[in-house]
This record gives sequence, C-alpha cells and structure tokens, in this order.
Amino acid sequence: MTPLVTIRDLDKSFPGVKALRKARFELLPGEVHALMGENGAGKSTLMKVLAGIYQKDGGEVLIDGKPVDIASPRAAQDLGIGIIHQELNLMNELTAAQNIYIGREPRRAMGFLVDEGALNRATAEIFSRMNLALDPRAEVGDLTVAMQQMVEIAKALSFRSKVLIMDEPTAALNKAEIAELFGIIRQLKAEGVGIVYISHKMDELKEISDRVTVMRDGEYVGTVPTESTSVDTIISMMVGRSITETKTDVPDLSSHDVVLEVRNLRRSNAIQDVSFKLRKGEILGFAGLMGAGRTEVARAIFGADPLDGGDIIVKGQPVTIRSPKDAVRLGIGYLSEDRKRFGLATGMDVAANIVMPCLSKFLSLNMILKTRAIRETARSYIKQLRIKTPSDAQEVRFLSGGNQQKIVIAKWLARDCEILFFDEPTRGIDVGAKNEIYKLLNTLAAQGRAIVMISSELPEILRMSHRIAVMCEGRLTGELPADGATQEDIMRLATQRHSLTAESLNAATGEATT
Amino acid sequence: MLSQGAWQKILAFASLIALMVVFSIASENFLQSDNLIGILQATAVNGVLAVAATFVIITGGIDLSVGTLMTFCAVIAGVVLTYWGLPMPLGILAAIAAGALSGAVSGTLIAKMKIPPFIATLGMMMLLKGLALVISGTRPIYFNDTPNFSMISQESLIGVVLPFLPIPNGVLILFIVAVASSLVLTRTAFGRYTFALGSNEEAVRLSGVNTDFWKIIVYTVSGGICGIAGLIIASRLNSAQPALGQGYELDAIAAVVIGGTSLSGGRGTILGTIIGALIISVLTNGLRILSVAQEWQTVVTGIIIILAVYADILRRRS
Repeated sequence: MTPLVTIRDLDKSFPGVKALRKARFELLPGEVHALMGENGAGKSTLMKVLAGIYQKDGGEVLIDGKPVDIASPRAAQDLGIGIIHQELNLMNELTAAQNIYIGREPRRAMGFLVDEGALNRATAEIFSRMNLALDPRAEVGDLTVAMQQMVEIAKALSFRSKVLIMDEPTAALNKAEIAELFGIIRQLKAEGVGIVYISHKMDELKEISDRVTVMRDGEYVGTVPTESTSVDTIISMMVGRSITETKTDVPDLSSHDVVLEVRNLRRSNAIQDVSFKLRKGEILGFAGLMGAGRTEVARAIFGADPLDGGDIIVKGQPVTIRSPKDAVRLGIGYLSEDRKRFGLATGMDVAANIVMPCLSKFLSLNMILKTRAIRETARSYIKQLRIKTPSDAQEVRFLSGGNQQKIVIAKWLARDCEILFFDEPTRGIDVGAKNEIYKLLNTLAAQGRAIVMISSELPEILRMSHRIAVMCEGRLTGELPADGATQEDIMRLATQRHSLTAESLNAATGEATT
Repeated sequence: MLSQGAWQKILAFASLIALMVVFSIASENFLQSDNLIGILQATAVNGVLAVAATFVIITGGIDLSVGTLMTFCAVIAGVVLTYWGLPMPLGILAAIAAGALSGAVSGTLIAKMKIPPFIATLGMMMLLKGLALVISGTRPIYFNDTPNFSMISQESLIGVVLPFLPIPNGVLILFIVAVASSLVLTRTAFGRYTFALGSNEEAVRLSGVNTDFWKIIVYTVSGGICGIAGLIIASRLNSAQPALGQGYELDAIAAVVIGGTSLSGGRGTILGTIIGALIISVLTNGLRILSVAQEWQTVVTGIIIILAVYADILRRRS
C-alpha cells in the first residue's frame, strides 16, 4: 500500500530555535496515526509544514509517493490535506454552511449571487456523511464548542481531504462529545481517509489510534503499533528517560512564617471559596485540569482580575489588591502561562523587559533612565540565569521559549518579589531548558521565596511541589502532602465535582497549620 | 547588521535627499537659500504637530484632534492676550496648558473609559473645532495689541548671532521640541513606558505599572506640544484663525508614518518624524516651483505615503 503521506528528514528553523531536525512521519490510507511528544517536541510544527502553513527548510514530503512542495494552505487543500487547528478558526456570525464554503461559494446569476441553496445542500450532504444532525443554516456562534469542532471537520472534509490532521481535537470536549467525535473518525477511517491525531491523552490514543509516532525536541524518536505497546513505553520514548524523576527533597517548613494566606476567595463561577496558605520557602503545586480555575485564582490575587469577595493576608497584614501595581508593591509577582501575550514586550530588548517592573529603581531625578545601571543589571541576570542571547540589547522575540521564560523570571527577581506565582512555567520549553527552570525554582525556594506553581503536567507537579493543592471547577478540592502523592491521587481530586468543599478541607488540614 | 530603526531612518533620509536632488536639477530656484528657509518655515507647524502625534502613535493609539486642538490653543492665546489684555508669557502658558488639559481629557476617555482612541479623538476633534468657533465668535482674533507676539515664529534669534543663517524662530522651536521629545522618549521612564504601552500593554500592566496613568500622561504631553504648534501658527498669521485646523492632523499622521513609526505601536523615532515632515514640505514646495497644480501635489503626497509604508512592510518581511 502506498502511504498517503511520507515525510523524510524534514528540517525547520525559526529565529533562535531549531524546531524540526530530520523529522520523519508516514501515514497510510485508513489509518489513525497518533503523533505524540512533550510540549515543544515539534508535532504542531511538523503538521503545519504538511498543511502548508510553514515552509520546510530541508527534507522531503511525498503525497501518494510523489514528491511535492506545499507552498501554501491552498496548495495543501488541493493535495487533499485538511487541518483542524487546536484553536477553532470560524466566523461566529456566519452559518455553518457559510463557514464551510467560505471563499468558494457556489454561484448563480452569472456569478453575481451566492447560491445559498446549493451551499446548504452541499453542507447537508457532508453532515449526513458524518452522521451529524446539524442544520447547515445554524449560526456558528450559537453552537457548542463540540459542534463547532464538527463544523471544522466538515470543512476539512469538504475539500475532499484524504488526509485529516487533528490537533488536540478533544481539548474542549466532554465524554459524550468525544465518543461522537470518535464515531466520526471511525467512519472516515473506513472510507480510507488517513488521520493524524495529535493528543496528550493516553487513554484516547489507546482507544482510537493504530500507530503512534513519538517526537522529542524536534526529532523523530520512533513509530510503534498502539495495541502492542504499553503506555509506559510510549511515555519513556517521549521523555527520553525513565519516568521515575528525581523528586526534590521536601524540607520541613512548619517553622517558616506564612507569607500569604487567602480566605474564601470568590468570583462568580470561576473561583468558588478558595482558601490556602503559603509559607516562606515553600513550593505549593497547583494541579488540576485545564479550566479548573487555577490561573483565575493567581490573576485575582495578583489584582489582574477583580474579585467578588475574600481576604488576602500578606505577612500577617490584611491587604487590598486592586491592580497588579498594588500586588507588585506587596512583593507579589505573577509569571503568566502566555508569555508572549502577558509576560513580555517582545518587540523590546532583553534589558528593557527585565527592568520593566522595577524601572523606578533605575532613575535619576525620578525620571531619567540610568542606562548603564540597567544594562549591568540585565547582564548580571543573563549570566545568573544563563539566558542565551547575543546581548542585552537583543529583541526578546528572537529568543527561544526557554530563554524568554528566563527573562520573565529575571523580571520578577529584579523586582525582588518574595511571593511568586508561576503559571505553567515550562509550557512550550524544551527538555533541557525545563530542567534549568526546575533548578531555578528550587534555588528560589531555598532562598526563602514562596512559590505557587500552577502546572497541568502531573510529573512536574509531583517532582517540584512541597505540597499540592488540587482544583476542579473553581473549587479547591483537596490538598496533598508531596511525599507519597501519586498521579492517581491528584487526578481523583482534579475530577472531583462539588463533593469536597474548600471548607471541609480547611477543617481537615487547618489544625496542622494553625 | 544595522538595526531596524536605523534602516528606517536611512530609508526616509535617502528619499528626502533624492527628492531634493531631483528638484534642484529640475529647477535652479529650489536650492536658493530663501526657498530652503521657506521650506523649513513651512515645516515648523506640521513638524511640531507630527512630534505630538508620534508620542500617541508609539503607544499604538491615534490622535485625530491635533489639528483642531492647535487652533483651539491659538484661540485661547488670543482670548488671554487680546480680549483680556494680559502679558505675553501668560498667553503662551495658557495655550500650552489648554493643549495639555485637552490631551488629558482625551487620555482619560481612552484609558479610563476605554473608548477607542480613533473615536475618542474624533469626538475631541469636532468638539474643539466647535469650541474654537464659539469662543472666538467665528471671527479671527488678531494680536495687534501684542506686537512681540509675531516674534515667536517670524523673527530670527539665530540670525542675530549668525547673520548668514536667518533661520526663523518657528523652526528653532521645532528643533528644540524635537530634540527634547527625542530625549524624553529614549532616556526617561516615561519614554520607556510609551514604547512599552505600544509593544504590549497587558504585559506592562501585569508588571505592576499603572498603564492608565501613563497613557493619560502621553496624551497630555502630546496635547501640550499641540499648544506650542498653536502658538507658532498664530504668530505666523498674527491671528488665531478659528476655522483653520482640520486636515492638519492628517498631514501630521502622514509625516509620522513616512518617518517609519509603526501605526501598530511600539516603534518609532522623532528623527524619522521630522524627516517625514520635511519630505512633505519639500514635495509641496518643489512641485509648486515646478508649477504643478495644487490638486496634483495632493495626489503625489498620497502616493508617497502609500509607498513609504509599503517600503517599510517589504523591509520587515525580508
């Protein structure tokens, strides 16, 4: 059988980072081929090359055994390659049918008018092929996320795609919706469509995929049949080491002062009665699924979003935090999960970013910048955190994710914050840089800074935390001591809905801390 | 490798030189010192307004009210000096203060009430135009009682010291405003925040910086500079002309854009803006010398703006 897609020795670089190195991949007709790897392993980049969004620097792409050059998304569509992105790209104000045929609407009246009838009929045909009960005239903005995803799939199919790339298609779906999606995938498979399935969820892969290809740091690691390969094997292929991580020693912190305490934090449905304490020198891991409300809690304490109620006590003093400015003055720093949007001014240079929160320390006459002192400070952090940059005057956007993250950390170190919220500190960072960030977090804690680390990666939580707090649907569902906690313990709390409230939790753990 | 900012300036500067070479070949009158001084004189008002607009545009905002604000400030100077008969320094102070105050209002609308800059300043543009007409009773206010007022723009302080260089004071003011603004933008915390706001406002806010406050300051400073432009134009016409002003904002924005400042914010230089303003003046002057009709001058300016921005896009893409 000729493979639908063969990729050989593909190279792709971005400024400051080599995203793909001799990457390989193969997709057969009627196959669901899972593509796995840690964040930043190059899965999405590889697929974006296949979909014509990025251009390859080197290597070969063969479709049906013939070498091709995929110059644009349009060219990919013509070759029968459809991609469904993690973020949906639909126009909410248009109907399902209008979305699906955007840019190639059937015409009538000598091409002057859009033939809405033909548009809706063609769409209905695709929907019925997918066994999907949906009105083509439904406005997309009114649909559930799951249905919107189906519209995206229908759109990809409308190009007569024989290759369908799905990037984390179940991220926003519930169980029933996932089952529905899998039904459609099986149907497409039976028709001979090849499906590339990018996901982190092992159970899903086991259920739906035929083969798994694992990537790490932009390189091909291997391809294995799903059925006869254990999850542990796949994970060890992904991380390139056995999963028994060296766990940080949990220091005895009971004599340390509580530097931050929050009581009964509330905001509509996002934050429901959240209370916790944080001690000097402690790393408190915040675990939970995406959308559990962890980022919301951090942003609310930091003053980035308003609160409906609750008390925040910093070093024994009740405080009011109305804006990030108040928080920073109290020595609280927040490192966002989305560095580019919330953490860095990427068009500005390294030095400017590092001193941003503490610019007032570098002024003469209260207004004129002390350029030399700024550069010296920046250079000392570049050295201390081993930031790889040609100079302190390099624009931040040219640096790799790991180095950008270090700059965000440097920012808050320069401001001398004692309480730091790290929101997904290693997202989008390659493995080597990850370890450096871990070391850095441990050093900071050892220096006496108090750290809240939000992470969706359980191994990371287990490895780094001194204590683990788990959230689900805006509630704190439990706290675990780091010693002896397992991934299963955390997952149980992370999926626990409404049964154990923060209050009863406080009753359970409160005695130890007061 | 040259930095992006350096390329920007070189490109604009090369176009300016190229234009001057073309015009000096086409007409021997172009390089006459009187003509060159005329060009500088003509640049003074637009240049100062463009500097004001540069501050706002670097933050990623836009200010459509700079033209009518300039007129409003001129009218305020007229009220203080001619209607009330107060001494000249007070008139100057009042014009600049009126500009700053109006800028602070725009800034508050934008930062606190979250009205998009385009809309907020469009409103201010019309409001100020109307107020200028109301206050002046739709008639020009002459500065006949303040004979020294014309000195602001017309006389030449430099010419007193260096008789062979009779550069008018209006141009000197432009020079001082430009140098000061450039220093402020590159050397002060305020300047740093101005760029940072345009680069990533949310990241700046999450760094604990009071972004609303600094944004209001940016518009306030910009407004104050418009007040200076108002003084120059009133001095040159020896009167505050309340009907004038609309249209100046577009020339100012054009100068900023030709000078390589990005309309999406985060990037820009005062030097670029000054070169941009000079390009517009040279073009207008040169085409007039060549007896090209006024209408066609406008057409050419439009083409230049589009070409300038396209050149910038091409360079960025590579």
